[in-house]
Amino acid sequence: MYTEKVMDHFQHPRNMGEIENASGVGTVGNAKCGDIMRIYLDIDENQIIQDVKFKTFGCGAAVATSSMATELVKGKNIKEAMEVTNKAVMEALDGLPPVKVHCSLLAEEAIHAALWDYAEKHDIKIEGLSKPKSDIHEGEEEEEEEY
Amino acid sequence: MEKLIYLDNAATTKTAPEVVEAMLPYFTEKFGNPSSVYSFASGNKDVITKQRETIAKTLGAKSNEIYFTAGGSESDNWALKATADAYQDKGNHIITTKIEHHAILHTAEYLEKRGFEVTYLDVDEDGVVRLEDLEAAIRPTTILISVMFANNEIGTIQPIKEIGKIAHEKGILFHTDAVQAFGQVPIDVDEYHIDMLSASGHKLNGPKGIGFLYIRKGVKIRSFVHGGAQERKRRAGTENVPGIAGLGAAVSRAVRTMEERTAKEIELRNYLIERVMNEIPYTKLNGHRENRLPNNANFSFRFIEGEALLIKLDMKGICGSSGSACTSGSLDPSHVLLAIGLPHEIAHGSLRLTLNEEISKEDIDYVVDSLKEIVADLRSMSPLYEDFIKKENK
Repeated sequence: MYTEKVMDHFQHPRNMGEIENASGVGTVGNAKCGDIMRIYLDIDENQIIQDVKFKTFGCGAAVATSSMATELVKGKNIKEAMEVTNKAVMEALDGLPPVKVHCSLLAEEAIHAALWDYAEKHDIKIEGLSKPKSDIHEGEEEEEEEY
Repeated sequence: MEKLIYLDNAATTKTAPEVVEAMLPYFTEKFGNPSSVYSFASGNKDVITKQRETIAKTLGAKSNEIYFTAGGSESDNWALKATADAYQDKGNHIITTKIEHHAILHTAEYLEKRGFEVTYLDVDEDGVVRLEDLEAAIRPTTILISVMFANNEIGTIQPIKEIGKIAHEKGILFHTDAVQAFGQVPIDVDEYHIDMLSASGHKLNGPKGIGFLYIRKGVKIRSFVHGGAQERKRRAGTENVPGIAGLGAAVSRAVRTMEERTAKEIELRNYLIERVMNEIPYTKLNGHRENRLPNNANFSFRFIEGEALLIKLDMKGICGSSGSACTSGSLDPSHVLLAIGLPHEIAHGSLRLTLNEEISKEDIDYVVDSLKEIVADLRSMSPLYEDFIKKENK
């Protein structure tokens, strides 16, 4: 079902953990759908991502895409990090099954959400970045859809 | 050989050697069509008659009430569609539950599109149908009640006798999907007031692609497959002779071994539940504690997701299954876990382990030790767990 790279990143996730006093933290996804990703960024005064960590609640693909996304943005400046798309994450993992493509989208959103948090805290504007739409508490109170 | 601990016996079981042995001659030297006149083939009719009788006996039924099918899903489809068809002059209402197998649920939805009305009963937090709900749902137009004997995910056994009694007092037909229960618990169709019962071969160490539908004599039921005169013209097509020979052998074996086998399974299953519940925090046992299938355990581990858990178990040679959405290709977790009131995120973290008689205590110890390690590992990765711990420490 999964490529060797996905399995490798799932079994040996890179950059898993937390960063205390991170420059930016972003959490996206929804427990209801079974995926939540949180990205911590440590960004220096030159806007270079010095360190990045992630935590993920989700399936094998969700863990692997988060792990790969952190690898792809580490050491980059924020503009370059903005260019890390879900497609790039998927390609770096040698592909995902069709039903798991949304995991890579979530990874992209998580990076953006962390960058948004960083931009807000430091009162700067990052080109092409908009307020993250996903919220982990979204939909929690929603009525169950009728069977 | 690599380690393999197969704990997914509710999905399917290993075909028993004596079952394979019973089937083999019907592929090779005894290949004849049972409907043929010559004596070479007519022996094949005998095995069908004999195994039909074997199965009927275990249920307290008559052999002409057993109809061979291709398995549980076909039996369920047949029971619902053909009854709806035959009894539509009497009424258009069917009662079933929210925790049925999809072979029932999707057939019921299909019937709804055809103009039938269906009530899907809720269950309590253990997965048990409330009899007062059932009684309240009955209308003058109710033609059929279909409630599964035991649930395939959480193992809960329903009060079938009471449900059957209510159905019969009201003159309503009662069907039960016994795919998981048949061969694991004793069933008597008269004692339980059952009019129709679905069962499948591969859940009881028999072959795949064969099952049966018990239909009580007197129940009006339309043909499911039109054609030849097989199965009293109700289900045409040359009989699956090797399948029937295998199913019969599997049923004989299941009945013969039931007491000893299930006693062993219950003991080990309880040991598994006890160790998991004692040693892995933030874990819930799903399903009824006592009234459950002998080999079934179903847990929800908070803060983690089921597919990730299954992959990690697989790496350790352990086969299980999950009600997580990620294993089904949809966004929603198992309808059964939602029906017993689990929130989505907890339903996503569920694990079903179903034993067989070959599992040893050492196997269970290995599984629990592996589970402890994997659950801790996945929780260390989980933002939900991080938030929970921070909240606890405040």
